[in-house]
Amino acid sequence: MDRVAAQFPEAVAERYVDRAGGAWAVIHAEWLPKVATFLKMDPELDFKLFGSADAVDRLHLAESDPRFEIVYFLYSLKRKEHVRLKVRVTETRPEVPSLSALYRGANWWERLAFDFYGIRFTDHPDLRRILLYDEFQGHPLRKDYALRDRQPLIPERPIKDIFRGPGTSGVA
Amino acid sequence: MADSHNIDATKPHNPDTDGFAHEESELESHLQSKHMVINMGPSHPATHGTVRLRVELEGETIVKIDPEIGFLHRGFQKSCENVTWTQCLPYTDRLNYLSAMMNNFGFLNAVEKLIGLEIPERAQYIRVIGSELHRLTDHLTCVGATGLEMGGFAPFLYGMEARELIQDRVTELTGARLTTSFGRVGGINRDLPEGWSEKVLKTLDRTEELLQEMDGLLTRNRIFVDRTKGTGIISAQDAIDYGWTGPALRACGVDHDLRKAHPYWVYERFDFEVVVGQHGDNYDRYLVRLEEMRQSIRILRQALATIPAGPIIVDDWRIALPPKPEVYGTIEGVMAHFKLVMEGIQVPPGEVYDATEASNGELGWYLVSDGRGRPYKVHVRAPGFPVLAALPHIIQGKMLADLVPTFDTINMIGGEVEQ
Repeated sequence: MDRVAAQFPEAVAERYVDRAGGAWAVIHAEWLPKVATFLKMDPELDFKLFGSADAVDRLHLAESDPRFEIVYFLYSLKRKEHVRLKVRVTETRPEVPSLSALYRGANWWERLAFDFYGIRFTDHPDLRRILLYDEFQGHPLRKDYALRDRQPLIPERPIKDIFRGPGTSGVA
Repeated sequence: MADSHNIDATKPHNPDTDGFAHEESELESHLQSKHMVINMGPSHPATHGTVRLRVELEGETIVKIDPEIGFLHRGFQKSCENVTWTQCLPYTDRLNYLSAMMNNFGFLNAVEKLIGLEIPERAQYIRVIGSELHRLTDHLTCVGATGLEMGGFAPFLYGMEARELIQDRVTELTGARLTTSFGRVGGINRDLPEGWSEKVLKTLDRTEELLQEMDGLLTRNRIFVDRTKGTGIISAQDAIDYGWTGPALRACGVDHDLRKAHPYWVYERFDFEVVVGQHGDNYDRYLVRLEEMRQSIRILRQALATIPAGPIIVDDWRIALPPKPEVYGTIEGVMAHFKLVMEGIQVPPGEVYDATEASNGELGWYLVSDGRGRPYKVHVRAPGFPVLAALPHIIQGKMLADLVPTFDTINMIGGEVEQ
């Protein structure tokens, strides 16, 4: 993280260490590909293993602006170290440059974040839903998507005494 | 030289082929091929769960393949975000129904990191024992099923016999066969039953015998070797790029195991080796799994021999339920019990990413807490997800018959991929 901050002083918006000792860096969206390329290609850092990517909807958190955070986890086999990158984007323009060209593993994780949170990854080669069907409206993991909202493709038969998962507000 | 349009008099008369002999080609020509699209799954014997593989074929060659994950989803993340931390446990069980305890303990490890909690030594040992038992069942199923789908029924039966024995031990330990929900934040649910260790040791002896049988039946079997050796190859560089971990990555020759790289619980006390392959093909992935089971047995024997006495869960009523006499006899006990059950564990606000080595690779958890009794965000980095993502890269341009062993040995698990 020190090396990233030294290399790209204006890219890093914030740095902190979480309770378990993991180092985080919040990157400005437009710098993400450059920072990731540096992390991957620098022979000493060598963050070549793509861990995963996901988004967080901060709607109900104390700090809810900007609304979405996209998190990337990369791993360096040489240094035996995880690195955690974070990009914050607003609700009106949830766009992040894609890392799919750099890491092939990013392709599916970014599709997952697009599917569940509606984050658009620019320059993604194949940005379409991965788990849900094409007719699905909205993004189910956003906090304003109701837990018991249902979008059946075919009408469901009414069954009175069935318990449909957690949460008690509203009746299916 | 005989005219090719006439039947060759030197060859024996064969009524089945004589009619075609004048065409000179029927038996020797290339097979007819046409472009077609085939759906493998969602209920194909070789595809797991609800996975559908949309395969475009040119003859028997796969031109294009598009894995569709399917609709098994239970809404894992959303469900977890609406129940207390402890109530997430049954959901984590169902990510990988063959190694439920690993998912349990991995999740709990992340929660404990978030709280900043050190669990008792005995609990750490029991977590290691549970994890390694479930690593055995997972690998036994994978190896057995690979044998089965290559046409060998016996290795599958041997695998199942060993798995049944281990699952009997798991049942005695946890009270459940598949979905154990055995861990608790701060430790584990119950101590080892009396006489259980000896039973496990006997089970391990039998498992080793059965492994030997499976090894003998498969490793030098002509059909098995022909179908797995040199098929489904991925280079180490590509595997890393896709984010592969676990046995599939180690089969490419990458020495990476979180139990060694970032030892958690008491793993650094045990003597075991990280199994590494060379070629990254199906055969190596099979061999790596086979040898990893032997290493698991080694760890289990050491852990059972050296397990210390002591508490199995932290003595902190804000995190662990108070002992029952306290609940029934004291007002503090009742209050602590009530608050834990109704409100859940109050995890301080913050975030953490923590990973453990599950049977198929790095099982990572990214947890965000807003300081209340429920997780704000639960992200699971399922090891099967990147592995399935790389399937088109491995198999495009190869034969349809290679798809089955490849799909077997990458061992993608529906529950965790489909979340």
